[in-house]
Amino acid sequence: MITFHVNGKGVRLDVDPATPLLWVVREQLTLTGTKFGCGIAQCGACTVHLNGKPIRSCVTPVSQAAGQEITTIEGIGGGDDNLHPVQSAWIAEQVPQCGYCQSGQIMSAVALLTDKPNPSDEDIDLAMRGNICRCGTYPRIRKAIHVAAKQTKASFFDASDEEGG
Amino acid sequence: MGKWTRRGFIATGIVVGGALVVGVAIRPGNRNSELAPWVTDSAETLVNAWVKIDQDNSITVIAPHSEMGQGVGTSLSQLLADEMGADWDGVHFMEAPAEKEFANYALGKGFILGDVVLPSVLVGSVDGAFLKITQFLNLQITGGSTSIRSTGQYGLRVAGAAAKAVLLKAAADAWVVPVSELEARASTIHHKKSARSAPFASFAIAAAKFTPPDDPLLKTQEQFEIIGASKPRFDIPEKVDGSARFGLDAQIPEMKTACIKASPVFGGRVQSVDKSAALSMPGVSNVVNLGDAVAVVAEGYWQAKQALVQVKVLWDEAENGAVSQDSIFSGFARMLDSADLKYDVDEGDAQAALAGAVREIVAEYRVPYLAHACMEPMNATVWIHDGIAELWTGTQNPLGFRADLASALEMQDSQVLVHNAYMGGGFGRRSNSDCAVQAGKIAKATGLPIKLIWSREEDIRQDHYRQAIVSQFKAGFDGDGQPVSWLNRYVDKHEPVEAPHIPYEIQNKRIQYADSSTHIPFGPWRSVDHSAHGFFTESFIDELAHAAGKDPFQYRMDLLGTSPRHKDVLEMAALKAGWGTSLPDGQGLGIALQASFGSIVAEAVEVEVFDGKVVVKKVVCAVDAGFAVNPDGLKAQMESGIIYGLTAALYGEINIENGRVLESNFHDYQMVRMGEAPIIETYIINSGAAFGGAGEPGTPAIAPALTNAIFAATGIRIRELPVKNQDLRYPVHEPDEIT
Repeated sequence: MITFHVNGKGVRLDVDPATPLLWVVREQLTLTGTKFGCGIAQCGACTVHLNGKPIRSCVTPVSQAAGQEITTIEGIGGGDDNLHPVQSAWIAEQVPQCGYCQSGQIMSAVALLTDKPNPSDEDIDLAMRGNICRCGTYPRIRKAIHVAAKQTKASFFDASDEEGG
Repeated sequence: MGKWTRRGFIATGIVVGGALVVGVAIRPGNRNSELAPWVTDSAETLVNAWVKIDQDNSITVIAPHSEMGQGVGTSLSQLLADEMGADWDGVHFMEAPAEKEFANYALGKGFILGDVVLPSVLVGSVDGAFLKITQFLNLQITGGSTSIRSTGQYGLRVAGAAAKAVLLKAAADAWVVPVSELEARASTIHHKKSARSAPFASFAIAAAKFTPPDDPLLKTQEQFEIIGASKPRFDIPEKVDGSARFGLDAQIPEMKTACIKASPVFGGRVQSVDKSAALSMPGVSNVVNLGDAVAVVAEGYWQAKQALVQVKVLWDEAENGAVSQDSIFSGFARMLDSADLKYDVDEGDAQAALAGAVREIVAEYRVPYLAHACMEPMNATVWIHDGIAELWTGTQNPLGFRADLASALEMQDSQVLVHNAYMGGGFGRRSNSDCAVQAGKIAKATGLPIKLIWSREEDIRQDHYRQAIVSQFKAGFDGDGQPVSWLNRYVDKHEPVEAPHIPYEIQNKRIQYADSSTHIPFGPWRSVDHSAHGFFTESFIDELAHAAGKDPFQYRMDLLGTSPRHKDVLEMAALKAGWGTSLPDGQGLGIALQASFGSIVAEAVEVEVFDGKVVVKKVVCAVDAGFAVNPDGLKAQMESGIIYGLTAALYGEINIENGRVLESNFHDYQMVRMGEAPIIETYIINSGAAFGGAGEPGTPAIAPALTNAIFAATGIRIRELPVKNQDLRYPVHEPDEIT
């Protein structure tokens, strides 16, 4: 039996501890916003947060989540429209095309902005390197991250975080 | 998300004829009374087959095209809404269900007639013929960048205008005023003289009794209000919060998950299989031998995947197990030397002109096989129950999938229901039903609802590939370095037929090809043959320019005499890219031009090559798609096509060894990532020509623009893709002095 938190809610599961977190999230918890892309941590479609840090859930055994806080795309919303500023920026910049990789892209971007509220282009290159997009939305992702960074200064992140950027 | 509900879906299953009739009527007469009971519920009135008006005055656009990221639902809706005079804020999109009555005959008409203007008296009979053709072919395909060009132009605009016409007629009757005094605006009908106005919905029931006009008057481009505006896409909000449902996300009660391994050598068969180890693993319920593949069924993906490794299969590879990349290319060379080549183009006497030329230029180019690598690996969910089979998947070709699944399960088409989902990438791959058919067979063999998920390795190794092609060129110069002869021969030909044609005015041209079948499955890959021929012809014309000692941009311009649209596009790209400015050592600007799917695209690439490594700094794209229905959407498609083509040009190669694919996943089938993605600027030219495609035309020009830029930077001419295999170290000239 493994116990952990997903999007703030406690879960208790009887599951093979070697099972990748991705499949537990998708199949047992039916949170299907997190996607399967490669199974070997090469594409980032499965990105979720473990205690706020981005991880590739397709290669993370669920045992590593025991007692920890997992956040998926379904759990990052907030504010009046239930959207994270990164999600709002994604809509404003019309980022997604097929949309399949975008949950992972957004999870990586949210983690980046939490760590660095004013990321440079080099910061973006580095933080987003693990996320492939076959529709080639990279230029729009870059722009949306900069837009979200401007919007989030006052609202979403602690002012103290900004000094780290 | 605007998909048909299961109830609605079944209800439409027995619609007879004419779901696409209004506006370009298949047969004279009013089909509304027949259609109305099937595609509407009690609160709605069907005005015509392409549009519904609800009691709250909201408007639903129905079109048979699938969303794979190209924004088709939004741009098709714009076409209808503008012609109809609809209030955009109340417009919704619904994908037509996979029923033959929704067979996309507008697509067939666009393909076969091109842009022939028909006398209106002929419209009825011609369309009747095309409906038969397209229903026969099961055409409900999203591919060939046809959505706007065919369905939009011939179906939705006409449907919108026809709907407006019957609404105006109904309002004129109700108010006893001439139609000419009425105006349809923002989903409301206005009569200025009497200061009356009323919503469309209040006339919907009356309007449905009228026969829609066959050939309603369409707006001119100057009159467009919604067409030509960058409307936000309908599907984006659900793609940022995880709620968009892809094929992979299908949930059926009691469903099991299957993993599969098909014969690694295409065409191979299962000789024997030892299931015992797999069957003893936790969660595993079945191991199924499909003859050419073996599948494991388990509670979840992970268990199925683990168990699949334990299944011991002996494959019969037949003679294909000895085929290699080298043997394939040697076969191509033999084919090209054979005497009986087929003709694409034979104008003038290219052979004689070459013999009489002052100088001969020769080159041979190659491109490798390519996989699609959609982000969403192939998957399909099938549930066979109560005499029917239901399929949940993302497909570019719902009717084709239905027919294939029905055939595999020995059912009638009408017993198969296709629930189309968002596609996590299509690019041509999701026009092939192989995975859906496998899922159907596993569901039948086990009696279980089955979700079949391909691993990424299976996805890369069991694709239908962009074919490897060799193309050979000879050109002859006159005394001024102008080409008087163009000879080209290549293996092998698919579609579109015009892909190897050049827009350049050269008097003597001969383009020939050889058929060279291999056992590697062919599939349409974003822009299909244009992806290869764009690289070949635009590289060779660049070589001619350099051989003639002329500027490659100007050289092209001079040969584009009577093609003003090509010239405008090429000039725009050159101008915006700063063509002609001198760049530092190791940097270069290259340009290329390719018309495809009704759109003309030029791309200029700025590269820096240092220590053998290429950095693509910037791509400037100019596109003439006739008229941009959604300019931001068109730009997004250019960006997408460029990065898709750039990935292929820089890294893309599928290699065949022992009859099978060597590459397996993203570690060895490399993608362009964030840090390598160039700045992309797109400039739109609205020439006013017929609507062109958007999804594919951005791809063909990027590879030659890139390699032409590398030549400009280094003097190294790349004649074989991908670029990563080329040695790009070049002698660095030390500056004479440092100031």
